[in-house]
Amino acid sequence: MTYIFDFGWLAEYYPQILKGVLTTLQLIAVGAVLGISLGIFCAWARALGPSWLKPVVATYVELIRNTPFLIQLFFIFFGLPSLGLQLGELTAANIAMVVNLGAYSCEIIRAGIQATPKGQFEAGASLAMTPFETFRHVVLVPSLQRIWPALSSQVVIVMLGSSVVSQIAAEDLTFAANFIQSRTFRAFEAYIVSTLIYLCLAILLRQVLVVVGGFIFPRRAAR
Amino acid sequence: MIEFSTWDILRNLLLATRWTILLSLVSFVGGGAVGLLLLFLRISKRKAARAFAKYYIELFQGTPLLMQLFLAFFGLGLFGVDVPAWLAAGMALVLWTASFLAEIWRGCVESIARGQWEASASLGMGRLQQMRYVILPQALKIAVPPTVGFSVQVVKGTALTSIIGFVELSKAGTVVTNATFQPFTVYGLVALIYFALCWPLSKSSQILERKLNVAHRNH
Amino acid sequence: MSLIEITEIRKSYGTNEVLKGINLDVEPGEVIAIIGKSGSGKSTLLRCINGLETITQGSISVAGAQLIDDELHLKALRLKVGMIFQQFNLFPHLTAGGNVMLSQTVVKKTAKAEAEAVARKMLDRVGLGHKFDAYPDELSGGQQQRVAIARALAMQPIALLCDEITSALDPELVAEVLAVVRELAAEGMTLLMVTHEMRFARDVCSRVVFMHQGRVHEIGPPEEVFANPKTPELQQFLGVH
Repeated sequence: MTYIFDFGWLAEYYPQILKGVLTTLQLIAVGAVLGISLGIFCAWARALGPSWLKPVVATYVELIRNTPFLIQLFFIFFGLPSLGLQLGELTAANIAMVVNLGAYSCEIIRAGIQATPKGQFEAGASLAMTPFETFRHVVLVPSLQRIWPALSSQVVIVMLGSSVVSQIAAEDLTFAANFIQSRTFRAFEAYIVSTLIYLCLAILLRQVLVVVGGFIFPRRAAR
Repeated sequence: MIEFSTWDILRNLLLATRWTILLSLVSFVGGGAVGLLLLFLRISKRKAARAFAKYYIELFQGTPLLMQLFLAFFGLGLFGVDVPAWLAAGMALVLWTASFLAEIWRGCVESIARGQWEASASLGMGRLQQMRYVILPQALKIAVPPTVGFSVQVVKGTALTSIIGFVELSKAGTVVTNATFQPFTVYGLVALIYFALCWPLSKSSQILERKLNVAHRNH
Repeated sequence: MSLIEITEIRKSYGTNEVLKGINLDVEPGEVIAIIGKSGSGKSTLLRCINGLETITQGSISVAGAQLIDDELHLKALRLKVGMIFQQFNLFPHLTAGGNVMLSQTVVKKTAKAEAEAVARKMLDRVGLGHKFDAYPDELSGGQQQRVAIARALAMQPIALLCDEITSALDPELVAEVLAVVRELAAEGMTLLMVTHEMRFARDVCSRVVFMHQGRVHEIGPPEEVFANPKTPELQQFLGVH
């Protein structure tokens, strides 16, 4: 018996897919902006922050990096309500992605900060800047530039990882695929289509991040 | 209604953890074998082999692991076989792991100085001999820390197999939650068990890397 | 028939032609110095002879074996011609002895005991018999380069190619390496060396090749080339007016 592929359902269900794609894009947009911001803050705290803050941030980073995103998501969505914190699916998904990317980007950005030549800090200090001013105006941008490729890869990884938010009924691209396969019983086709869309999104996102990088770091020396 | 003590919950979760560990091991070992094959293709002299490996890696790293699991699960089903979840889970994880390990290892091989290839070539070695006796022994050393580091991603990746119905730690978490109505405790414990599995791996990867850097500086 | 016959070879990288038709015949036992500015193509020429670079046109043969770009022919050629590199390129994961033994056992399938005996003999020959068990990072640059020479010699080549073998060395270490090369020359080894050591070239070499812009610009015995440079380019290169 040979299997006959059928993509006829696409005509009827493409709005679902489109909606899913938009949700996925919205999730990664919020996740990337807030997550990287959180990462910058945590990297500053771990590298240069007050001593009481360092272990707190370190614990957060280690906890997130050593547990599955799915469990983080379940904990936030199913677990937190028992503390009286009821969250909608999208909010929970957004928070989970920010928290997740925050921890990973913290480590990546910290590596960038640590690769800063000592002379940069000393030059900042000799110009009477405070350590924070030196960080903000001298160290941060070259550090980000140094690790931008690694950070971009991490954003793509988080975008692909976001497919599990369908498990708390957030209506992303994977949710759309699940919905379609349950209606049409065309599971393989539905997942092939959504997989290819994810692939395109990943390639697109990588390009966007290159462009964004070029925008934030206009033609400065690479080191 | 039955009361569940924290100990009952933990015991059930720990029993399921065995499957997480087993699946992780299978994925890592299988992925390593396939990854090595991919590595050889990726750095082969044949253009077609290189292109195949490149697109393979691009495909598996550019799509969600969850989708790969679904496709393995439903795709194998197309052949008319009733696919057990463990088979689809194992297969997808092996292929996914392979793509990442191949890429990590390629980085290590390419970090070996060109002079090493040239010197061994000038001594009359063929490509396989160069790899076997000169390049791999050096590349292997620097490959250990990132490889151990990636094993953490494999352990975490197994959590997704719960979604296609493989009963491991995450699935057990959901099942126990549904029975106990204590999501906070249960998912908290699940997270801690994953942490206990992953953190030692992360830490040893860091320590190994630091050792390697120190060794390099002294040389 | 000459030992090494280089006929009309050309080599381009894209549109950039770095060798523009080189002819050179080397007799057994000759010691040839190749001099010239950087970018004149002298290192490329040497690397072509060993098949590390593929030539675009022309032919190279060593002791009758043609240079053909496939693994079998390359291997045959490389068994006859050894190469020493500017950056030594010792294998860092092997001891000095291991470096000298490796290709004997792997390529020539020599038995281990015999390979070790040869390795000890070759290391003795370059004055490093006592460093058999030392790793490359425990050796000075000069010592590393001497191990590299021993490694090439262990394959019993009929000619050695030396690519600026003293350029990466501290000045005080140059002499020990050149002493080894001088001895090899005295023993009748055929040598082609790209070098900046003009005094050495004058004292030891049988012929000097001056390369300029991808061509052999001037060639002759050292006393002639150095004492009596004919072309303005060579005069400028040697700093005589």
